[in-house]
Amino acid sequence: MSDLESFRAETAAWLEANCPPEMRQPVVDESDICWGGKNPTFKPGQKEWMDKMAAKGWTVPDWPKEYGGGGLSRAETKVLLQEMGRLKIRSPLSSFGIWMLGPALLHFGTEEQKLHFLPPIARGEVRWCQGYSEPGSGSDLASLQTSAEDKGDHYLINGQKIWTSYADKADWIFCLTRTDKSSKHKGISFMLFDMMSKGVETKPIVLISGQSAFCETFFADVEVPKSYGDGVSSVVGEVNRGWDVAKYLLGHERSMISGDGSSGATSLGSKFADQYGRDEMGRLDDPMLRAQMADMDIDVLAFRAMAERFGDTFKANLCHPAQPNMMKYAGTEINKRRHELIMSAGGSEVLEWESDASNGGLTARGWLRTKANSIEGGTSEVMLNVVSKQILQLPNA
Amino acid sequence: MPLYLNDDQKMLQDSAADFMKGEGNVAHFREFRDKNCKDGFSHALWKQFAEMGFTGILVSEEEGGLGLGHVEAGVVLEEVGRNLTPSPFLTTAVAGVEALNAGGKALREKYLPGILSGDSVLALAIDEGPKHRPDQITMAATREGNGFKLDGKKQFVVQGGSADTLIVAARTSGSAGDDKGLTLFAVDTSSNGLARDSVRLVDSAVAAHVAFDGVVVDADAVIGEVDEGGAVLQRMLNAGRAGSAAETLGVGAGAMDITVDYIKGRKQFDTIIGSFQALQHRTAHLYSEMEIARATVLKAQQMLDEGSSKAEMMVSVAKAKAGKTTALSVREGVQMHGGVGMTDEYDIGLYMKRDRALAEFMGDANYHTNLVAEMHGY
Repeated sequence: MSDLESFRAETAAWLEANCPPEMRQPVVDESDICWGGKNPTFKPGQKEWMDKMAAKGWTVPDWPKEYGGGGLSRAETKVLLQEMGRLKIRSPLSSFGIWMLGPALLHFGTEEQKLHFLPPIARGEVRWCQGYSEPGSGSDLASLQTSAEDKGDHYLINGQKIWTSYADKADWIFCLTRTDKSSKHKGISFMLFDMMSKGVETKPIVLISGQSAFCETFFADVEVPKSYGDGVSSVVGEVNRGWDVAKYLLGHERSMISGDGSSGATSLGSKFADQYGRDEMGRLDDPMLRAQMADMDIDVLAFRAMAERFGDTFKANLCHPAQPNMMKYAGTEINKRRHELIMSAGGSEVLEWESDASNGGLTARGWLRTKANSIEGGTSEVMLNVVSKQILQLPNA
Repeated sequence: MPLYLNDDQKMLQDSAADFMKGEGNVAHFREFRDKNCKDGFSHALWKQFAEMGFTGILVSEEEGGLGLGHVEAGVVLEEVGRNLTPSPFLTTAVAGVEALNAGGKALREKYLPGILSGDSVLALAIDEGPKHRPDQITMAATREGNGFKLDGKKQFVVQGGSADTLIVAARTSGSAGDDKGLTLFAVDTSSNGLARDSVRLVDSAVAAHVAFDGVVVDADAVIGEVDEGGAVLQRMLNAGRAGSAAETLGVGAGAMDITVDYIKGRKQFDTIIGSFQALQHRTAHLYSEMEIARATVLKAQQMLDEGSSKAEMMVSVAKAKAGKTTALSVREGVQMHGGVGMTDEYDIGLYMKRDRALAEFMGDANYHTNLVAEMHGY
């Protein structure tokens, strides 16, 4: 048996022996996702599973061990995720710390920053949020105005962020601030600070889905120390060079939002044929819907191959640096179409907004949520601009 | 296995790209189109395919080939597509060889040397109507003496006019739609009772209508087992469809490259038209679709090479996705070229015509989309 095959066998055995049964149920809604943090709300099994995985470093399997990771190779990480998928085991911990801040710190952070900030992320002890967009800075993110004034030993933050996911539940924020008004791109800094700081206020935004995952976040004379002690700076990378960090992170965010276009393994058509009936040939008995479902199956399977190829080429440094933009565009557009189809297949039953039968309008709320996919983290139109300029090298107007 | 080409495959890609660009390029295509020769391709070029080792990609090393797989066959086919190289490579060295690989050693000993040397051309006699419906084959093969007698008609037999051997799918029992009862035969095109009528297609390829009027073949012409040809046919179709998807991908990629170059150079209103957002967004969307199609085709090829039980599904996904994407590429290509896109002088229209013919080869996007639904059980 190769090393990788014995790793697979040991991993599967450990997962089977240690994963609580509740964590092998499918994720139904938001409350089934474990976010950790200082004021966590755990459902049964969530904390046990998070702690067990964190002890092995497997909440962040490919991070180095000294920062709380598992130190696994790319191939081993893939095996771990494959085995978790095969055994239908839930992710032990989700967080913007893992997806976004972590990669930024691993790339741009000092050793002191990595040792200080990464292990609590890996253990699920600190929940982070992202302070990027502002009311006047959406697609043109670099026009952001939230100011950070240098006051000697600290910065004084004033301004407003918007679309801050889960700001009301987060402990800390990684935030883009303006440290120099004379340069658009070279006057931005990437700062880390406590959401409990005096002067920070959050206000959830009610969306068309009726949910409020996003917040407005206000900063009024918030004091952010330049150092958290032991040489741990509150700024990642150089002061005024935060745009480099932000751009790097946007790549990660775009890859993450792109998902694999499917958010669910099974073919839509087979699911709805069971639900809505078949003709004597065993075919879904609405031929137009069947054709659309089959088209969607093709696109989902095709995009899944794309996601695999993107992951493989990204790790091997073989893909174009702007490729995450293409992934974000394609993945979110497929996901939106997929949810349109789910609504169409569900007919009038999925219009129910609050009934028990509709699980509180789960399908409709999910459909509405997907509309943000092609707006957040860079709109589809911006993605297409980046692809046409950076990959296809088409000229500026 | 990571989903990108390894170093050996990259080397093969480089040499295939150089070869097609040098020897089998669009100028070569136009030359053979305009001389209106009966075969539609250069036999000298076909010999060069053999010298490059391409015809032995799917042949085992013991039998004199390279012992490689569908990924490698696809690497060559993508370059064939990109350069519109006229050749019998797909029918002979990919689908044809794969059928022989599913049959007995004696057949391979008979046919492989000619394929490896580039002297032999194989064509596939499957379709009986205007659309690819291999499950509806009715052509009859009835027992006669030591062998069989073939009666019926086949069409869209690509390279059928130049082929020395046809791989023929016929019914030895049962009726159209039955799983069992199909048998595949290797039939010499000089057989008595076999008549070929070659026709030129929209893309300048030559295909034949073939009539079988009591064509007698020996029992040793059977590929695989009598009545069990369904499995052989499936294996041949998998190879041909994955290969055709790869060639289609090359056509789409070639068309996209030509178009992007064109809109970077063409000026209207004193402005390079490639700077207009209306074109940029459509071109970027096309790039995105081409990338997805490329991943899908490679995934299908890798799954075939691994012998995955789900390979057939992915092959259909690849044929459908590559087909739809390349159709988008050639349509956008002609439109973005404007008036010159309608002229014979510019190459973009040739890509559009090639795509149309490849789309019908071994099932179009609709056919494969329906198969994917069936394989998913709905």
